[in-house]
Amino acid sequence: MKIKILGTGCQKCVTLEYQTQTAVNQLQLDATVEKVTDMNEIMKYDILSTPALVIDEQVIFTGKVPKTEEIKEILTQYSTK
Amino acid sequence: MIQELVHIILYNWLGMDATSKLVMAVDFFFYDTIKILILLYLVSMVMNFVNTYLPIEKIRSFLLNKNLFGFQYLLASFFGAVTPFCSCSSVPLFIGFVKGGIPLGVTFSFLITSPLVNEVAVAMFIGIFGFKVTAIYVASGILVGMFAGFVLGKLNQEKYLSDWVKDILNKSISNQRTYIAETNSIFQKISIASRESLQIIKGIFIYILIGIAIGAAIHGYIPNDFFVQYISRDNLFAIPMAVIVGIPLYSNAAGIIPIIQVLVTKGIPLGTALAFMMAVVGLSLPEAMLLKKVMQIRLLVTFFSVVGICIMILGYFFNMIL
Repeated sequence: MKIKILGTGCQKCVTLEYQTQTAVNQLQLDATVEKVTDMNEIMKYDILSTPALVIDEQVIFTGKVPKTEEIKEILTQYSTK
Repeated sequence: MIQELVHIILYNWLGMDATSKLVMAVDFFFYDTIKILILLYLVSMVMNFVNTYLPIEKIRSFLLNKNLFGFQYLLASFFGAVTPFCSCSSVPLFIGFVKGGIPLGVTFSFLITSPLVNEVAVAMFIGIFGFKVTAIYVASGILVGMFAGFVLGKLNQEKYLSDWVKDILNKSISNQRTYIAETNSIFQKISIASRESLQIIKGIFIYILIGIAIGAAIHGYIPNDFFVQYISRDNLFAIPMAVIVGIPLYSNAAGIIPIIQVLVTKGIPLGTALAFMMAVVGLSLPEAMLLKKVMQIRLLVTFFSVVGICIMILGYFFNMIL
């Protein structure tokens, strides 16, 4: 599973990256977490607000930072697909 | 009620002397801080809650699909006001709007009002100036966004966007987003909104304290006529000066509003104070640095000038009628 965090580096984006990484570690998923900060790259996903979470090139949510528990739920849901 | 609570703690529990000047300042400081924190929580709670029903994607399709009879500038400006503002989203939002087909001017209307009328500014205004001045501020902010957006739209500035933005606008990228259905109940929404509000407060708490402390210091130690000498109602240059000084003076609203309030009690006209406030909150250098990514310097200068002039006009107007 390839996870991307889209964000230009504001506090929220950093938090989301940290919590996603934590979620991945706790679930012991075979996944990579990549931070995308280049605006040109980010805009390829047609999003209106950051930070955003992308799993396997699919935008999951934008403009919010869910709790680690909620991120875990989302990741579990996607890893079983 | 808060006032009484502060009194009880200071005078009855800690046994402070209610007539001492310093104690009065401390009293004032605690009262203001507590009041503002509560207001800040409530206002950002409401804004975040509304936002869970009105995400930015919905706003975009609303501005695109409906026949808005020329009201699109007003609506964009209004939506900018009710959406919680995060500066790091400015660029994706700008590109997303223009790419989606929303005219540049309407996009600007949204972009101007979004920082200008934000949850922090509104809460601080209610706490410090009361509801009437807050209503004036919010209405003015929406008007400034509407007019400045309209003017910028008429100036046909599309050619001054950055080249890579023009590239993106010309390419059509298939919309590949799919959402997880958001099935949050109303209680979950309230809990999310509450969490977001606490996050906001956590981020700016220290600025509120500093702002209120500086305000209290000016209140006590700078003579009443000090500012009025320079910034009187008759001085026509006061407003342009206030706006120009306000732009680089970026602090968040939290730090600056308590100071403004003291300046107003020291005799600075409200119109001048409002103009200063808007320049500080709405036009900032960090914002300019972000926007520079999507537009050429020329458009950036035009953007700041048009908004700055609208703010000045508004300042003169309020000084005339108030």
